[in-house]
Amino acid sequence: MKEELIVSGRNIPGIDPYLNMWHWQIALYLFLGGLAAGVIFFAAYFVVRGKEKEMPAAVKWASIIAPAALVIGLGALFWDLNHKLYFWKLYTTIRFTSPMSWGAWTLMLITPLSMVWVASYMKEMFPKWDWKLGFLNSFEKWVIKNRIPFAWIMMILSIILGVYTGILLSAFNARPLWNTSILGPLFLVSGFSTGLAATMWISRDEHERKVLSRLDLIFIAVELFLIIHLFMGFMAGTAVKLEAFKLFLGGPFTVSFWVFVVLLGLILPGILEILELSGYRVPRWVPAFLILFGGLMFRFVMVEAGQITRFLY
Amino acid sequence: MKTRRQFIKISTAGAGVAALGLHSLKVKGLNLLGEENTEEPVSDEDMTATPTYCEVCFWKCAGWTYVDKKGRIRKIIGNKNDPHSNGRMCPRGTGGLGMYNDENRLKTPLIREEDDKGHQYFRKASWDEALNLVAANMNKLRKEHGPECMALFAHGTGGKIMSHLIKAYGSPNITAPSFAQCRGPREVGFFATYGEGVLSPERTDIRDTRCLVLIGSHIGENMHNGQIQEMSEAIDNGATIITVDPRYSTAASHSRYWLAIKPATDIALLLAWMHVIIEEELYDKAYVEKYTYGFGELKAHVKDKTPEWAYGITTIEPDVIRRTAREMAGAAPSVIVHPGRHVVWYGDDTQRSRAIAILNALLGSWGRRGGLYNPEKVHLPSYPHPPYPKPKRSWRDAFPKGKYKLASEVLTSGICDATIPNPEWDCHLRGWIVYGTNLMASLPDQKKTLQAIHSLDFLVVIDTMPMDITGYADVILPECTYLERYDILRDSPHREPYLALRMPAAKPKYETKPGWWIAKQLAHRLGLDDYFKWDNIEEMLEWQLKQKGSSLEEMKRIGVKKFHREYDDLYNLQNLEDCEFNTNTGKIELYSTELEEEGFDPFPDYTHHPEPPEGYYRLNYGRAPMHTFSRTVDNHNLWDLMKENKVWVNPKVADLWNLKNGQEVWLKNQDGIISIFPIKVRITERIRWDSVYMVHGFGQDNKKLTRAYGRGANDTHLISKVMEDPIMGGTGMRGNFVTFLKEAPANNRKEDKA
Amino acid sequence: MAIDTNKCVGCADCVVACQTENNVPHGFSRDWIVENVAGTYPNLNMNFRSERCNHCDNAPCVRCCPTGASHIAEGGIVLVTHDDCIGCSACIESCPYDARYVHPDGYVDKCTFCIQRIDKGQNPACVDVCPTHCLHFGDLDNPNSEVSLALKNRKWYVLAPEAGTKPQLYFLT
Ligand SMILES: Nc1nc2c(c(=O)[nH]1)N[C@H]1C(S)=C(S)[C@@H](COP(=O)(O)OP(=O)(O)OC[C@H]3O[C@@H](n4cnc5c(=O)[nH]c(N)nc54)[C@H](O)[C@@H]3O)O[C@H]1N2
Ligand SMILES: Nc1nc2c(c(=O)[nH]1)N[C@H]1C(S)=C(S)[C@@H](COP(=O)(O)OP(=O)(O)OC[C@H]3O[C@@H](n4cnc5c(=O)[nH]c(N)nc54)[C@H](O)[C@@H]3O)O[C@H]1N2
Ligand code: SF4
Ligand code: SF4
Ligand code: SF4
Ligand code: SF4
Ligand code: SF4
Ligand SMILES: [Mo]
Repeated sequence: MKEELIVSGRNIPGIDPYLNMWHWQIALYLFLGGLAAGVIFFAAYFVVRGKEKEMPAAVKWASIIAPAALVIGLGALFWDLNHKLYFWKLYTTIRFTSPMSWGAWTLMLITPLSMVWVASYMKEMFPKWDWKLGFLNSFEKWVIKNRIPFAWIMMILSIILGVYTGILLSAFNARPLWNTSILGPLFLVSGFSTGLAATMWISRDEHERKVLSRLDLIFIAVELFLIIHLFMGFMAGTAVKLEAFKLFLGGPFTVSFWVFVVLLGLILPGILEILELSGYRVPRWVPAFLILFGGLMFRFVMVEAGQITRFLY
Repeated sequence: MKTRRQFIKISTAGAGVAALGLHSLKVKGLNLLGEENTEEPVSDEDMTATPTYCEVCFWKCAGWTYVDKKGRIRKIIGNKNDPHSNGRMCPRGTGGLGMYNDENRLKTPLIREEDDKGHQYFRKASWDEALNLVAANMNKLRKEHGPECMALFAHGTGGKIMSHLIKAYGSPNITAPSFAQCRGPREVGFFATYGEGVLSPERTDIRDTRCLVLIGSHIGENMHNGQIQEMSEAIDNGATIITVDPRYSTAASHSRYWLAIKPATDIALLLAWMHVIIEEELYDKAYVEKYTYGFGELKAHVKDKTPEWAYGITTIEPDVIRRTAREMAGAAPSVIVHPGRHVVWYGDDTQRSRAIAILNALLGSWGRRGGLYNPEKVHLPSYPHPPYPKPKRSWRDAFPKGKYKLASEVLTSGICDATIPNPEWDCHLRGWIVYGTNLMASLPDQKKTLQAIHSLDFLVVIDTMPMDITGYADVILPECTYLERYDILRDSPHREPYLALRMPAAKPKYETKPGWWIAKQLAHRLGLDDYFKWDNIEEMLEWQLKQKGSSLEEMKRIGVKKFHREYDDLYNLQNLEDCEFNTNTGKIELYSTELEEEGFDPFPDYTHHPEPPEGYYRLNYGRAPMHTFSRTVDNHNLWDLMKENKVWVNPKVADLWNLKNGQEVWLKNQDGIISIFPIKVRITERIRWDSVYMVHGFGQDNKKLTRAYGRGANDTHLISKVMEDPIMGGTGMRGNFVTFLKEAPANNRKEDKA
Repeated sequence: MAIDTNKCVGCADCVVACQTENNVPHGFSRDWIVENVAGTYPNLNMNFRSERCNHCDNAPCVRCCPTGASHIAEGGIVLVTHDDCIGCSACIESCPYDARYVHPDGYVDKCTFCIQRIDKGQNPACVDVCPTHCLHFGDLDNPNSEVSLALKNRKWYVLAPEAGTKPQLYFLT
């Protein structure tokens, strides 16, 4: 028998018996960040591709989600801070080694920009809209004039944001489950997929939905591929990685991951989308909802499970 | 007051609630209250340090109490010039400030009252009222039954002044659990052999030893500071450590040899060791020749006690017995077969201690460097007072003539017996003062203790905490903690004589008072002012120190003062110097004439003790390094380190019972007694399959101990069977067996605690 | 810091001393004791480790801190500036040794090697209190320091080297 235990009574909240510092706020924050990244990316992408007219939901309507998601996400992050009144210290320095730091700065940029994006479409979406103030109207004109370069900037920032949601976790060597380079692309892809799903839900245009659906299927396939890859990596890894893997294979996260994330959140909506594309009628909210739900679950599971995995004891 | 004493749970609400309310004002990240714990460390120069010596256990380490500018005690650090601590307190001493800070402390004197419905409760009282009541009871008792019907239980430093009071009052019945529940057999066994005891701190020269043999002494868990430090030094110096313990103790893990002995068979091992050492002629011939009496008889006695014989009893391989015997002899005379300290195990403990004493004599370690040194203490004159009155009776009269003749101190259990009315003896004890000992946790056979308590006319408890025993008191007098008071000087024996001062680092919290003040106040009310002619204790200390060429002023500055030995005889037998021992024969008595005279075996012999019946396990217990008995279980600093005891169970046993780590079980002993609280299981290879183990002191049943209440189980409660040592009345406590209950028992409250 | 697991008795004196010296609030601790038991009765092995922040040379907690509150001070000591810390817990997530915790006041706290004492040439509180003298503190850059010599003459290991943090607590065996 091997016994290894802390005998000095240590029982620190959030640390013992296993790490539990990050809660739903972080999972929600990561989810909303990914969602916003997805929404923004495709809005900008279709603008750059000149498909603004074809894809009204993606470019205009859905992009309203982005600033809302980002603000709520930031709110969640703020909620989770333990030393809230010192929040501003984040913006007194840039730390390139800290994903948290460049995440904060990316958000600092992309949140107002996404608002500007939405604002610049306000008149198209609501024809009666008027900014009332003169300088706002002229600013709007300037933005509309430079829409293509603006879209390029948004695309780049959204990729950074999407990758960041994964790297925030994968940068932690200390948590074997997180510490894999696949997490960046995986979160990016998953975020984009949720962005597409949200857009599909909003879209009333048959054609637009088909385009989005096809794209989404590709993302679902890539995501599944990455997940398989992730687990193959764990299986080939050290003892602690195997431990991490076990959480998902017979461990406490088996059901939540395989049933909710993979089956209900990826495979089922994938099938539904294929059915829809081949002409069957599927209520449009169903696959979208499943993907969004799966994406949220995925982040919950990763945040919770990752904290349990450790090197010692 | 002959009514049956109901156990009262002291309850005072208020302070705690208010504190809670305020706490919720504190917002994370925004500290509105500026609470203490937000403060950064304070450097030593910004604090004042006052000398003290520790009272968290009986090793009495000297140290410094650091107080910050706001008058708060911040830390306690050992005094570098003190041989007990060498500048390093043990965890309990370091955490001693938790006793001072404990918000659950006794705060005011309390008096037992009864309402119309027969419900008893404690009422807050002024000191004057409480002291008057105690004195009135004592005066009445003295007049009606004689002062000898009074008994004092006193453990710890402050007990000395209480003893002075009770001697002045006229009673010889002064006792502490440190004899019959602790060192008694060892002192008697060594006295019978060398004419001297082992004393405290033990005279073991561990620092310089080359081989240390621990018979059950679990140094490392038994955290007696100086011993730990010296053992660590010995390890550095390459000393061999041999640990005999059925449990894999911390000491065992640090030992070259761990002899995983079957419980209750140590005497067989000790005899076999003697056999090897004598048969292989490994003993110190010149030493044995010069100093000892009865070697020939001993040789004959152990002739057939071969390692092979012992193997069948102890389960220790003959080869291991031989090898360890040779290790000891190889290191002799720098070898210590440690006498142990809590040695009341199986009732033949004086004989086991004798065996240890004899083995040391064969190895020539008594009086030798690296063996057992010759300690010296400062002889402090006592402040002049009239002679004590001569008592006409004592507790011994309650027993047949000659019983416990060899008990060199008063037996706590004897006092209990003498308190329970008995047709053979017309004057049972009627009043107790209990100072600094939690009898409910320290005396085995709680039923008897309670029977005695219920026979009393009155019971006064002087304590710092609302421990179990206070629940039975008629009057409770709250003493301030050791950090808030002066006490008598520490004059314990050591390699060199030392004195140490304890002085207050802070004013007594609440309405608590120092023990010396309580004693003096009672003396006044009992008409014994002549025995307390000083106005306050500083005056007495000053007087004493002056006799020794020091002063209170000097002691306040240095805390500990070293004196020179009278003779240079620390290792008084190093070169076979002449020596007359304080025994009948003037020799080291391998053959004990004293025991023989009293009708006991002059040599130790192995006797078989009962083994646990099917489904039961021997209840083994001991210390955890971070706690002292029950006295620290509510200390916040130490509670942080260990909140409860667990019952250690071997994996095989756990399998059999299908027990899981952390699972709560109740323990039931051979007499059907069930632990009040459940205890969590720790599955570990460190314990044998025929025993379970738990740390003593937990399972406190008083809600006022907000941290300690209901945490773990109380071993004392389960020790209902006492294996009494016929030689000196020690209460052997290791003959109890327990089994597991996995479901909550229907009605498991102690009957007396309704 | 070097820790002699052959002598440690697991008494946790180092834990209490740290708490009183550094005013660590109840319920928290900057150091802790791990008991290791291996084998089957009676063939057993056991040792104790007094653990704390490893003051890693390659400290992930410093790298991931978004404000620079966690930093490496002179002499390689990893510290947290309380007033720069936003309490985001990133450093806690990044520490393979679970050496940090959130102080009730919101900032993150951990072992400082008792910087206030070292600055004055004293040893850390835990080192000075240990009854078995099993903690050794000193300068690893100085080849003649007590710690350097201990590491040279004895066998040692570090915890979770595979985490790649280059920990600076050495456990002597
Ligand atoms: N079951 C079992 N019983 C045992 C033992 C065991 O291991 N198991 N061990 C035995 C041994 S070796 C011993 S020495 C005894 C110890 O027996 P005790 O000395 O009775 O031990 P504690 O339980 O610590 O009780 C000490 C009491 O003193 C109080 N106290 C502490 N400081 C002060 C002070 O400054 N002033 C006053 N007035 N009171 C104070 C505490 O609150 C507590 O109530 O127990 C013996 N009994
Ligand atoms: N931390 C701490 N230290 C203390 C105290 C404390 O309360 N806390 N109390 C102090 C006091 S007053 C005392 S008296 C001492 C007591 O300290 P010790 O004298 O060391 O205590 P014991 O109870 O004799 O020893 C307990 C050990 O005996 C073993 N044992 C049990 N049965 C047998 C047996 O049949 N044979 C053998 N060989 N071993 C057996 C147990 O497994 C356990 O390891 O501790 C002192 N030190
Ligand atoms: S050994 Fe520990 S508890 Fe006992 S007197 Fe010394 S410091 Fe205090
Ligand atoms: S104080 Fe020393 S012996 Fe005690 S646990 Fe800490 S390191 Fe080990
Ligand atoms: S042990 Fe943890 S907190 Fe300490 S330096 Fe290393 S990573 Fe940072
Ligand atoms: S919690 Fe504080 S120290 Fe830790 S990473 Fe965040 S800001 Fe830095
Ligand atoms: S070095 Fe100082 S802060 Fe660190 S564990 Fe030791 S006592 Fe605590
Ligand atoms: Mo004792």
